[in-house]
Amino acid sequence: MSKSTHLFSSSLGKKLIMSLTGLFLCTFLIVHLIGNLQLFYDDQGKAFNDYAHFMTHFTPIRIVSYLLYASIVIHAVYALVLTINNRKARPVRYAAYEGSANSAWSSRNMGLLGTVLLVFIVTHMSNFWWKYHNDGVPYIEYRTDLTTQETTATELVGEEYTDYVKYVDNDIEILKAKDLYKQVQFTFQNWVLVAFYVIAMAALSFHLIHGFKSAFQTLGFDHQKYAPIIRFIGIWLFGVAIPIGFAAMPIYFYFFN
Amino acid sequence: MLDSKVPAGPLAEKWSKHKFNLKLVNPANKRKYTIIVVGTGLAGSSAAASLAELGYNVKAFCYQDSPRRAHSIAAQGGINAAKNYQNDGDSVYRLFYDTIKGGDYRAREANVYRLAEVSVNIIDQCVAQGVPFAREYGGLLDNRSFGGAQVSRTFYARGQTGQQLLLGAYSALNRQINKGKVTMYNRHEMLDLVTIDGHARGIITRNMVTGAIESHEGHAVLLCTGGYGNVFFLSTNAMGCNVTAAWRAHKRGAFFGNPCYTQIHPTCIPVTGDHQSKLTLMSESLRNDGRVWVPKTVELAQKLRKGEIKISDIKEADRDYYLERKYPSFGNLVPRDVASRNAKEVVDEGRGVGASGIAVFLDFEDAIKRLGEDTVRAKYGNLFDMYYQITDENPYKQPMRIYPAVHYTMGGLWVDYNLMTTVPGLYALGECNFSDHGANRLGASALMQGLADGYFVIPYTVGDYLAGLGFDPVDKNHPNFEKTRKEVEDNVRKLLSLKGSKTVDDIHKKLGHIMWEYCGMARNEVGLTKAKGLIQELRKEFWSDVTVLGENEEMNQSLEKAGRVADFLELGELMVDDALNRRESCGGHFREESQTEEGEAKRDDKNFRYVAAWEYKGENQPEVLHKEPLEFENVKLTQRSYK
Amino acid sequence: MSGNMNLTLKVWRQKNDKTRGKFITYQANNISPDMSFLEMLDVVNEELVRKGEDPIHFDHDCREGICGMCSLHINGRPHGPKQGTTTCQLHMRSFHDGQTIVIEPWRAAAFPVIKDLAVDRSAFDRIQQAGGYINVNTGGVPDANSIPIPKVIADEAFESATCISCGACVAACKNASAMLFVSAKISQYALLPQGQTERYSRAQAMVAQMDAEGFGSCTNTGACEAECPVGIKLTNIARMNREYLTAKLFKEEEPH
Repeated sequence: MSKSTHLFSSSLGKKLIMSLTGLFLCTFLIVHLIGNLQLFYDDQGKAFNDYAHFMTHFTPIRIVSYLLYASIVIHAVYALVLTINNRKARPVRYAAYEGSANSAWSSRNMGLLGTVLLVFIVTHMSNFWWKYHNDGVPYIEYRTDLTTQETTATELVGEEYTDYVKYVDNDIEILKAKDLYKQVQFTFQNWVLVAFYVIAMAALSFHLIHGFKSAFQTLGFDHQKYAPIIRFIGIWLFGVAIPIGFAAMPIYFYFFN
Repeated sequence: MLDSKVPAGPLAEKWSKHKFNLKLVNPANKRKYTIIVVGTGLAGSSAAASLAELGYNVKAFCYQDSPRRAHSIAAQGGINAAKNYQNDGDSVYRLFYDTIKGGDYRAREANVYRLAEVSVNIIDQCVAQGVPFAREYGGLLDNRSFGGAQVSRTFYARGQTGQQLLLGAYSALNRQINKGKVTMYNRHEMLDLVTIDGHARGIITRNMVTGAIESHEGHAVLLCTGGYGNVFFLSTNAMGCNVTAAWRAHKRGAFFGNPCYTQIHPTCIPVTGDHQSKLTLMSESLRNDGRVWVPKTVELAQKLRKGEIKISDIKEADRDYYLERKYPSFGNLVPRDVASRNAKEVVDEGRGVGASGIAVFLDFEDAIKRLGEDTVRAKYGNLFDMYYQITDENPYKQPMRIYPAVHYTMGGLWVDYNLMTTVPGLYALGECNFSDHGANRLGASALMQGLADGYFVIPYTVGDYLAGLGFDPVDKNHPNFEKTRKEVEDNVRKLLSLKGSKTVDDIHKKLGHIMWEYCGMARNEVGLTKAKGLIQELRKEFWSDVTVLGENEEMNQSLEKAGRVADFLELGELMVDDALNRRESCGGHFREESQTEEGEAKRDDKNFRYVAAWEYKGENQPEVLHKEPLEFENVKLTQRSYK
Repeated sequence: MSGNMNLTLKVWRQKNDKTRGKFITYQANNISPDMSFLEMLDVVNEELVRKGEDPIHFDHDCREGICGMCSLHINGRPHGPKQGTTTCQLHMRSFHDGQTIVIEPWRAAAFPVIKDLAVDRSAFDRIQQAGGYINVNTGGVPDANSIPIPKVIADEAFESATCISCGACVAACKNASAMLFVSAKISQYALLPQGQTERYSRAQAMVAQMDAEGFGSCTNTGACEAECPVGIKLTNIARMNREYLTAKLFKEEEPH
């Protein structure tokens, strides 16, 4: 019994990587959703824009964001490698295959769902992340009277202003930041994109209903005491609450804003 | 002329003394010997693994696609051992006594005592290998009682004891394969034995995937090839179980012992129709809690069969629990032969149940009331499920229907105390030999014997033979290898040339009918004589009118079957000869001419207290009977009574 | 007989692993619902032999659901439409008159076709040979009752040990993964006190051999568990993952 292979070249090691990157991406979703809920504030986007600046400029968060990008890439690459290997494991396909008799649709189509999500991530990042980082987003100025809490917003046109500032002067809080909120409003006027976002969130739901509990199974966490809790979180938080929360945003902006 | 080589001295010391007297092979010299093991059931796997551990080179063969699939895997109920963990009065001597008595005094005392003696080591060995036996809440091993015994000495793993024991032996075998000490040949069938100067020196096999006919040489050959119950076509054996290896060895000089001793197991699922390919056993352990009954009257039974009344309409007073009635002290736990014969009797009276009327009830209603359905499920769940699947009847709601079926063959190659056949260097282990069960085997004793032979007997006795051989490798260029291989090839070619109108199964089914009718649960002079003629005719029909398709150089299941049935046809005749010769009833062999007034088997110790060992004399020559007298120095021969 | 059925069979025929196979259609007439699936094939084969055609080859032996030799992918599912049964225990009452039944061999790179519906599953043997045992020699072992094992542990080890090695898990898995099979053996010994000494090297050796045989990896679809004729649980795979990761990340292979 001396034969053994390096952890990450084994099938179980590759699964471990899928599991860890997947779970990391799940934690990101929670943060991302909570932050983006600020889109629903009726403050002309002030809190959201301020938050967007914080998220892109606070160093620890920036480090985490690079980990995140890496996770997405690794998760996708390993998924591809595993899928290719799995296909090789059955060179002749069945003429009749009743997958639905023994397993859930989502569990058999993680690759398809993941591909939809990858396309979504690319679209999503080019809509917002790319524009935000490449000066495709104009600045806005908020003046808030701290005694009355009334805010007035003024768009800063063109390249007139390019610096984030936040200070208080004579009980007036002045905030100048990139107006990502406006970009959101603008993007979600396009019904094609709205539809795609909603479909992608449905894909996310199915991906996570299987993926979340699957990640724990791969890690070996399987105990009758907490397995039901994992299943519950997987379905209701990651399969229902989070995708609905995200999908609500394009719908809200298209129909109500 | 037949020397059983049973050592002298008191019964309890024979094996210890014998082990000391056996010659040893120096550890450094063991690697100079190659041992061939044919069959990888309990006896074969355990022998191959144990011999390889000692340092011998082992070549192991099985016809299945994996050694783990040998039919030992299907044994359900358990394995006996005289551990006396239950403090209920068990001992090595009691297990010995029960086995001798259960075998109706037709087994060799010394062998049986040794079996009982090493039984305790088997359990230790299996537990050390990780066999998950049933346990009590305190963590210690659980036991249950089994037919023919009044103590609880049966160790079990739910209804899959054979499976767990075989997987244990298979794991030990795997370990040696991994170490390179065992070379495993799956999907290989032994088709002949090679002898040089009268000693077994190799075998001829057919690779069942490529058709290659190959020679393998070894210093000793161990046949662990199981029983020949499939001569009856329908039996609880696996479809592939066959007598070919043993029969070819017989034709090369190994005497065949007591071929007529067949065990008909009382608790099998009844036959449903002509399409039936095999019979399924329901473990005898079911008789611990199930009660066997039929309606008291023929009229009631008829109404039930026609569906005019339901089972529940039959009142308690109208049910005949015939085993409990006739054998109050053993009740439903009488030995298998007694239970089977009684089932046949009530069915013959017209009191059978089920659509065919060829079945009796095994009822769990009382057990479920007493223990609760959950307890019954925990004990027998898998058996109940299996029954449900096959019959579409729920045994938790209505009684099972059972009927006897051919299950085990006590007869087999004659071996001496060292398990060597009459061909030097050729050994037979497990069900393949005739040695330990006499005329009837007790439940949970087959697993015990297979493992005793493989783990604890052959590793000692084979050394004694090898030590006298010298260290020369077997000469694989000896002309006998080529000669035997050619004979096998010719036989294969002859089979493939058969292009008649009958299928091999047609002939096999006919043979089965003849055997069941005339050489089954009850036998008589007239029937047996008739059977002999019928079998001879059938053999002619086989060689003139059967069809065998395909070619040798591929997987060819027609060819495999044909070769096996050809040998069964020859064996069948010998079984009939043996049954004709034994004009007494004993154990599973019931001669209608020899019964007590109550219809129980009546032995004739004066004339038949011997092992019948048959010598092959050539094609169409009558076989010659040799007798090994059975001496009973420790038990008194009595009429078996389970009343 | 009334209630008997006529069926159309589409059966995969392939001479050997070097030739290409194809489906051939056969009629199975007058099939009793009390026949097992294999007995139905026996009937078809008897007719083929009478016509001088090569019978359909399939693996089978005990025909009581325990040896694991029978296989067959029937209408898209290993061992056919009923859960918890092997093909030999599948009875024709699970089908209806006039039905078309598609019969294929197990499909996996690690299970090459030998002929027709019979495949080579020796990869399973090699995985067991890599470490599916406890290193004890015959004789010289302690008394069986010297190692008390809690009943729940013994029962759970038994549940894992009941695997019949038929390969339905591989056949059912969309990735042709063998993890249910491998994990069952690893679990049995990981649970029992007797298996502790080689617990971690065993997990590594068996997983390495599994990968070398060309099985796919697990995506936790649960198809294996659903199709397993003896009910081996996915819990075993979680346990194997635990054993393997613990071995790789926390256990020294050699003392130092």
